[in-house]
Amino acid sequence: MRLLFAFIAGGLFGSGLYLSGMTDTTKVQGWLDVFGNWDPTLAFVMGGAMIPMAIAWMIRARRTTAFLGTPLPPAPSTRIDSRLVIGSVMFGMGWGLAGLCPGPSVAALSYGGSGLYLFVAAMLTGMLVAPLLRERLDRAIPAE
Amino acid sequence: MHIDWIWGLIGGLLIGTGGAVFLLANGKIMGASGIIGGLVDRSGLDSKWERIVFLTGVALLPALLTPFFGKVDTHITSNFWVLIAAGLLVGVGTRIANGCTSGHGVCGMSRLSIRGFVATCCYIAAGGLGVVIFRHILGVI
Repeated sequence: MRLLFAFIAGGLFGSGLYLSGMTDTTKVQGWLDVFGNWDPTLAFVMGGAMIPMAIAWMIRARRTTAFLGTPLPPAPSTRIDSRLVIGSVMFGMGWGLAGLCPGPSVAALSYGGSGLYLFVAAMLTGMLVAPLLRERLDRAIPAE
Repeated sequence: MHIDWIWGLIGGLLIGTGGAVFLLANGKIMGASGIIGGLVDRSGLDSKWERIVFLTGVALLPALLTPFFGKVDTHITSNFWVLIAAGLLVGVGTRIANGCTSGHGVCGMSRLSIRGFVATCCYIAAGGLGVVIFRHILGVI
């Protein structure tokens, strides 16, 4: 059952990314490009996605386990650390450069072509080495 | 062009519904970078099938919908170094920050998580700055 719902969730996520146009890198870069020909589409995608998600969090607040019996995610941490900021700035730079983030890069696999495969290969490599960099960062800037 | 926002809204609602299903049925936060990264660095192997099946859904549905709604032109750059640099930055950055547009953005902000807001402000600011530098100043994208 968990696998069936994981597939449904993934399918909805992929369909949404595809239909919203978020696998088109010019739409993402167009949204980030406030000094160019600004494209507001991404704001509608983000806003639209937050509506069902906010309702889901309200339902989550009244439950102790998920509908399939698994534990629910704990309350979010409120600690703003250097890892969150440094990582997000790095991610944002890459996102702006190519116009792709992890979700759309998977959603576009069937039509993205060789450029997309190259991006995904580099992204997976980055994810592979990230734990090492995370350790070094923790040593350089110890979390209090 | 002017109806793009409607598709954006429809797509967004589907994305959020996917996140709602994953949260309420599976008890998991739908963060693409975490789901992929947990497989890559082996930190999430205890739930590997859930991750693999989720990602299969993400990749498969657009392929199945393409005959009905048309092929999306990704307009992806053909610049080798831009793709490599961007991929590495996205891979490393999302794993260090522990989230991307879906985890921190969609899931985090909708639960009013302060970390989600801070992360989203950082990556949007950095992305905007990146486009200004690399498009308008250096002209490489």
